[in-house]
Amino acid sequence: MIQTTLEPILREHPFFQGMEEQHIRLIAGCSKNVRFAAGEVIFREGDPADHFYLIREGLVSVQFVIPHDGLTTVQTVGGGEVLGWSWLFPPYRWHFDARAQQATHALAFDGKCLRAKCDEDHDLGYDIYKRFMQVVTERLEATRLQLLDMYGTHA
Amino acid sequence: MAPMLEQTEAVTAGPVPDPMLPVPYRIQRVKQETGDTFTLEILPEDPSQGFTFAPGQFNMLYVFGVGEVPISISSDPGNVPLLKHTTRVVGTVTKAMRQLKRGEVMGIRGPFGSHWPVEEATGRDVVIVAGGIGLAPLRPALYRLMAERSKFRRIVLLYGTRTPEDMLYRHELERWRGKFDLEIQVTVDRAASTWRGNVGVVTTMIGRAPFDPSNTLAMLCGPEIMMRFTVMELLKRGVAAECVYLSAERNMKCGIGFCGHCQYGPTFVCKDGPVFALPSIAAILGKSEI
Ligand SMILES: Cc1cc2nc3c(=O)[nH]c(=O)nc-3n(C[C@H](O)[C@H](O)[C@H](O)COP(=O)(O)OP(=O)(O)OC[C@H]3O[C@@H](n4cnc5c(N)ncnc54)[C@H](O)[C@@H]3O)c2cc1C
Ligand code: FES
Repeated sequence: MIQTTLEPILREHPFFQGMEEQHIRLIAGCSKNVRFAAGEVIFREGDPADHFYLIREGLVSVQFVIPHDGLTTVQTVGGGEVLGWSWLFPPYRWHFDARAQQATHALAFDGKCLRAKCDEDHDLGYDIYKRFMQVVTERLEATRLQLLDMYGTHA
Repeated sequence: MAPMLEQTEAVTAGPVPDPMLPVPYRIQRVKQETGDTFTLEILPEDPSQGFTFAPGQFNMLYVFGVGEVPISISSDPGNVPLLKHTTRVVGTVTKAMRQLKRGEVMGIRGPFGSHWPVEEATGRDVVIVAGGIGLAPLRPALYRLMAERSKFRRIVLLYGTRTPEDMLYRHELERWRGKFDLEIQVTVDRAASTWRGNVGVVTTMIGRAPFDPSNTLAMLCGPEIMMRFTVMELLKRGVAAECVYLSAERNMKCGIGFCGHCQYGPTFVCKDGPVFALPSIAAILGKSEI
């Protein structure tokens, strides 16, 4: 019973903190344990976004190819954080590359499975979308600060 | 205008040298730290000239014939009278200062201003959040903390720069990390794929940094927008506002509460600051000109 062994891990992960027990049970069935070696590509820009990841340990780089600069890391995601929200919205494709920077241990969630559960149980769907909105909002805020180039001429 | 009078009296009383008169210091070394930032190591021309300062204080550096600018002291307060100032080239005076060579002389007035509350951190976790050149005024506090490491609980340095190449004092930080019980987390705004560290703004590290918010003293220095967002994250984490200290930069002229250049309401950044406890600076934070 993989689900039962993963439930405590889900409960402990900051991303699912405070989630109702029945919801934890529902989503545990869509998750599995995964490991990535340092340097391993987790997904590539344009690929179908059929998963998201809760990072347990390690560090993942979110990267783009920037003309002239080449492959550039614009964000890292570490233990306790969540990687990827493209699975939530059509066309369900990744908008960037993700590569394990260090040996990384994560929980991978099947996006299709989770979307189906959210459609069936709107309370679950509301909870999940709220959690992702929080992540997206924080990311937007961080991106704004990065765009300001605040350590540059504004320092 | 009472604060002005008080300060003038305090500074001119007793055998203290005229605070408006620059003292000649000779440059011992010019060290290029990053593309636009350099450190001057200086010693007083008169070897009998004493100098003590507290971490967080600044000097007025005078480039003869060009002008004078406030620059924080970035060296070890336990190793005076050698002084180090780490400066980023932005305009007329800092550009001229960068042209100075070893053996040349410049004028120093100081030290001025308030300091980091290192003693108050005894028995507590210390979180230091620095952005870009903001690490320079915090380095003396780090020297102090390292010199008396056992007096403090966890010491966490969160340092954000634009790119890995813009990191200040890289070797020293590595050495400290190896030698002392010191948690250092560095993050950059963007990096080539070969960079093995964190990428993202420094504010995003506060939520997960290892410290006990109920027994933490935080010291912040960096671009004002960074400090505003850092403050929000620290308060969100549960650190009390009166335990958050930050260093404010405002245009200055006299450095001693005399000219009013840096004044905001009753506050003179040069003498009441540059280091303030958050509750006393909340009104200034975010005001671009005063
Ligand atoms: C208490 C205090 C401590 C300071 N400590 C340091 C330090 O340790 N190291 C350091 O490099 N600087 C520090 N500064 C900032 C430094 O004083 C200024 O960068 C310097 O005065 C600029 O002088 P300038 O003649 O080279 O530039 P100016 O010719 O006066 O200005 C040129 C351009 O730079 C901009 N500018 C001016 N000041 C700043 C600034 N602070 N940041 C960004 N742009 C600016 C101006 O708006 C203008 O566009 C400190 C300032 C204060 C008040
Ligand atoms: S009052 Fe002159 S610089 Fe502060």
